[in-house]
Amino acid sequence: MAMVLDFQLRQGAFTLEIHAKCETRALGLMGPSGSGKTTMLEAIAGLKRPETGSIVIGQHTLFSSDQKIDIPVRSRRIGYIPQDVALFPHLNVLQNMTYGFKDDAMSIDQVVEILGIKNLINANIKELSGGERQRVAIGRALLSAPKLLLFDEPLTGLDIELRARLIPYIERVRDDLKLPLIYVSHVASEMDRIADQVIVLKEGRVVSINPRQPQ
Amino acid sequence: MCTEIIHVTVFSVSMAVIATLIAMPAGVFLAWCMARYSFPGRSALETFITLPLVLPPVATGLILLTLFSPSGPLGRFLGLLNIEIVFTWKAVVIAMTVMGFPLLVRTARTGFEQVEPRYEQIAATLGAGTFRVFFTVSLPLAWRAVLAGAMLAFSRALGEFGATMMIAGALPSTRTMSVALYSYTQIGDQRATIGLLVTAIAIAFVAMLISNRLTVPS
Repeated sequence: MAMVLDFQLRQGAFTLEIHAKCETRALGLMGPSGSGKTTMLEAIAGLKRPETGSIVIGQHTLFSSDQKIDIPVRSRRIGYIPQDVALFPHLNVLQNMTYGFKDDAMSIDQVVEILGIKNLINANIKELSGGERQRVAIGRALLSAPKLLLFDEPLTGLDIELRARLIPYIERVRDDLKLPLIYVSHVASEMDRIADQVIVLKEGRVVSINPRQPQ
Repeated sequence: MCTEIIHVTVFSVSMAVIATLIAMPAGVFLAWCMARYSFPGRSALETFITLPLVLPPVATGLILLTLFSPSGPLGRFLGLLNIEIVFTWKAVVIAMTVMGFPLLVRTARTGFEQVEPRYEQIAATLGAGTFRVFFTVSLPLAWRAVLAGAMLAFSRALGEFGATMMIAGALPSTRTMSVALYSYTQIGDQRATIGLLVTAIAIAFVAMLISNRLTVPS
């Protein structure tokens, strides 16, 4: 999928200036903390508004200052899995997962099967472990029938064993569902498995775009 | 005497409940807007809403009387619809609504500010529009503060005296607990004064207890 990420976004003293054209199904974003990775995802999701530039994903122009296009967040069809997961605390697992359910999404049964969360469906989200919360958040995003998935360091804070167990779920989303994704991480081994092209950011600028091949 | 105390109490509580219910939709909506959005004139609006808290209640009552009297701008318009406000139960409700409104807005606003904006943002990425986000995420997560604000507004409405006296008077048909308490004291009816005082304390105590329970995190 072609992605044109060409925009400038100011946030206090910090300026994010991205000029990148990619042709990939799984784009990785790397960089030290404070380099603008999350801000970049939020701009793509529509949660932050660039000052100038354009964001084009596939055939869809999500933002263009020249053409005065700024598709509202709710209409972008982008599944965002933030670092803090942000499962709705007042809803159970099923209610969380079906919050954004759309008719053209895959079935709930399919999603719980892919993510291995069948036994959690009626659980209270306070009872979930870190890895389970991540999978529920992925399921919630999938059931909203997104055209693109954004993962913001989804495995941060989890132990190595759990990380290794969760990566295959993300790979299944990428390969079985053929959903394009943007994946943020600062762990090179995760990137090698998930992304086939990696943008490296530093202090709000693109330092390099590396074509990497998944193993 | 006992019948009169019951009558005054039931009338006051009913009026305070109606006033709180009237204040809630606009109050909760304003609280949410002020917690989430910055817009031109927000500070001025905030100050305006807070005014009844700091103005002498009699001054607020005087403003309401000017607005709603048959020759006032709102009173004249309502008169055309054959709606009479001043010195009726409707005046009591208006005075109570205005006096309780700032407490509702301030408390509910604090509650909305404590809701992590992340949840609202995620709801939007899942396709929810502004109203759906409000009713399914913001309000359910801030309900304790909203209810606490409603209880405070109700308590303030129940204790209202100055503005009510100005716009509704002390007629038998508009006499609230506060006004009746004042009248009993004036005529030296000690038994009625004490009876009504105990009733007022009991209601206020329960309302404040509920409000405090709701604002203390469980």
